[in-house]
Amino acid sequence: MRETKNILLVGVGGQGIILVSKILIAGLMKAGYDVKMSEVHGMAQRGGSVTTQVRFGEKVYSSIIGKGQADILVSFEKMEAARWIEYLKPQGTVVVNNYEIPSMPIATLKAKYPENVLEALAKEFKTVTLDAGQAAIEIGNIKTQNIVLFGALVKALGMNDIDWVEILKENLPAKMVDINIKAFQKGMEL
Amino acid sequence: MKKLMSGNEAIARGAFEAGVTVAAAYPGTPSTEILENMVEYKEHIYSEWAPNEKVACEVAIGASIAGSRSLAAMKHVGVNVAADSFFTYAYLGVNAGFVLVSADDPSMHSSQNEQDNRYYAKFAKMALIEPSDSQEAKDFLKEAYKISEQYDIPVLYRVTTRVCHSKSLVELGERENFGFKPYVKRADKFVATPANAKIAHGKLEAKLKALEEYANNSPLNKAEYNENTNIGIITASVAYQYVKEVFGEKASYLKLGFTFPLPMAMIRDFAAKFETVYVVEELEPFMEEQIKAAGIKVIGKELIPNMYELNPDIVAKALLGIENETKTVDTEVVARPPVLCPGCPHRGFFYTMSKKKNTVVAGDIGCYTLGGTEPLNALDSVICMGAGISAAMGMAKSFEVTGRDTKVFGVVGDSTFLHSGITGAIDVVYNKGKMIPVVLDNSITGMTGHQENPGTGKTLMGEDTLALDPVDVLKSIGYKTVATVDPCDLKAMNEVVDEAMKATEPYAIVTKRPCVLIKGLPPFKTKCEVIPEKCTKCKMCLKVGCPAISFKDGVSYIDQSMCVGCDVCMQVCKFDAIVKVGEQ
Repeated sequence: MRETKNILLVGVGGQGIILVSKILIAGLMKAGYDVKMSEVHGMAQRGGSVTTQVRFGEKVYSSIIGKGQADILVSFEKMEAARWIEYLKPQGTVVVNNYEIPSMPIATLKAKYPENVLEALAKEFKTVTLDAGQAAIEIGNIKTQNIVLFGALVKALGMNDIDWVEILKENLPAKMVDINIKAFQKGMEL
Repeated sequence: MKKLMSGNEAIARGAFEAGVTVAAAYPGTPSTEILENMVEYKEHIYSEWAPNEKVACEVAIGASIAGSRSLAAMKHVGVNVAADSFFTYAYLGVNAGFVLVSADDPSMHSSQNEQDNRYYAKFAKMALIEPSDSQEAKDFLKEAYKISEQYDIPVLYRVTTRVCHSKSLVELGERENFGFKPYVKRADKFVATPANAKIAHGKLEAKLKALEEYANNSPLNKAEYNENTNIGIITASVAYQYVKEVFGEKASYLKLGFTFPLPMAMIRDFAAKFETVYVVEELEPFMEEQIKAAGIKVIGKELIPNMYELNPDIVAKALLGIENETKTVDTEVVARPPVLCPGCPHRGFFYTMSKKKNTVVAGDIGCYTLGGTEPLNALDSVICMGAGISAAMGMAKSFEVTGRDTKVFGVVGDSTFLHSGITGAIDVVYNKGKMIPVVLDNSITGMTGHQENPGTGKTLMGEDTLALDPVDVLKSIGYKTVATVDPCDLKAMNEVVDEAMKATEPYAIVTKRPCVLIKGLPPFKTKCEVIPEKCTKCKMCLKVGCPAISFKDGVSYIDQSMCVGCDVCMQVCKFDAIVKVGEQ
């Protein structure tokens, strides 16, 4: 009996989270897991805080993850990690992209972007911080930022029995495969 | 082979497998992807975006009368728009099966209310089916058509956001070779005169009695008994997944997929076996009220909230007093409300209105609802589809009769105008309203993710068709002046608004610029950038509410990965500190 695992992907609408969850699920399905996922559509997507929830195991019922239940929290934006941190298990791992997108109250100077997010996270949780944007730029395409984060997720997840490179090949357009494999490997190394 | 599908994809697949041949909808979250996915089966199913939900429902009803298994899909509030048609169709009964899919949005992820549409089944006297995951969303639909035809009744197929937008594995089946039911004229059945309706109502009551018998034996309703349990849980829809997650084998379940008329004998039999019986349902006590009225002792909304969507946490806390261990971190978190996209054509209009004194702007449902958020803050009301114009008419009349000189603008989008804004616009001309209808035409149905509409020149099935221009419509219904303007040209936009405020004859505004997210449109070739030395820190550019602009190191800063170069910010900068960069 394989215990159900919960992965919470959070960020800002438009950061490519859905593609990451799609690739993740493709790998999990191939490995024979029962999988459920839930995502946000409509108004909330317009630059708002978004989540995609993935649960997998022998038999999964709820498609949504409760507070204190996520094994891994992957945050595509720094402050979003703090917003959703309550959903992480106390002994869980947070993978956080050191990348700031100011929300409207911050942009209009009604509030300040919090300064100590990474320190605050690291004080309480096992925290993996990476600069996925910079890594993606070094690889040659900022748009591969999400796949760098996917690499970091796979590393934190420790599911090395799945051939993720093959899964990437199967789920990306041919001309985007090579650069994304590089991004994935970079994420595994960081 | 199993396929990962969202509930909405599964409903489309279910329609295919059930032999449906006509489907119609108006897009609305969380229902939109049902018809978007129906297109995959276009060799077998005619599907359309109707101008509104009432039309969609009537198209499906007509197809059902003609002999096609048919489906109409809409979000919960869209069912209000469609209600007139199915309340009577419930009396008449069907020829081929008819299913109305209502996609409810508990927690209002993308809606203006969280009404529980199961009450429509009881109110209109239709059969009610509630799947709890994607597999059921597909499979139950096939049973729905059998019920509809066997009991001669429309079926309300109620799903919720977490059923629609959760993905799970689905075992696919073959398409049933249903074909069609022959059409024979039966005026006594399908002409709803008072005389026929009186007879039809009596028949409908008998059908509901027969359906309660069916419910007690329906394959959609099943008891799951676990050994040595003294807790019984009656549940339906996605709440079933949550109670299973929380209780596992420590409780027994009566899992209901057919929920109106309720299988009261089955419920009574189940409840008698347990010391404690809970009813766990999202939103209103729809099942609980009926079960209690039947004299069965259950516990429901005493413990389970009747607001917002449920989840395993809420169920565990309410019924077991258990909360998961959580940890927080010591840092501030600032809210991240949804905003108009960088380059959104609506920004120019709302920015202009935010500067106008003594005006009121009635808004509507769509991306432009976000014109009411900070810092634009340019809306006074948002109610429902179409009310942007008609509620503005009422406000203008009120100001007129009470002697207030405030000028009223009523805002709708292109798709919303064609949905139900037209009738309001006619009212304004007919009854001499002193308000300005504004159609924000961005060439697409935006918020729901870019669906075609009667103004776009394309059908859901990808055919070219007549593109209805709101300008022509407004002219033809009596507007002497219909000013068209590029809303991102702030000077022109401002002039048009000023002219509208002075107009003495019916005057309407149509802003024209496509949504920046439409694929395949020529992109802006330049982006905007701040010259830090020239920035005087006046913060005017922050007032346009563009997510690409923020203050960084004491001056304005434009995120180049987000900027699309609409240059609205450049136009408001009085110090030429914002310039265009890149290819000219």
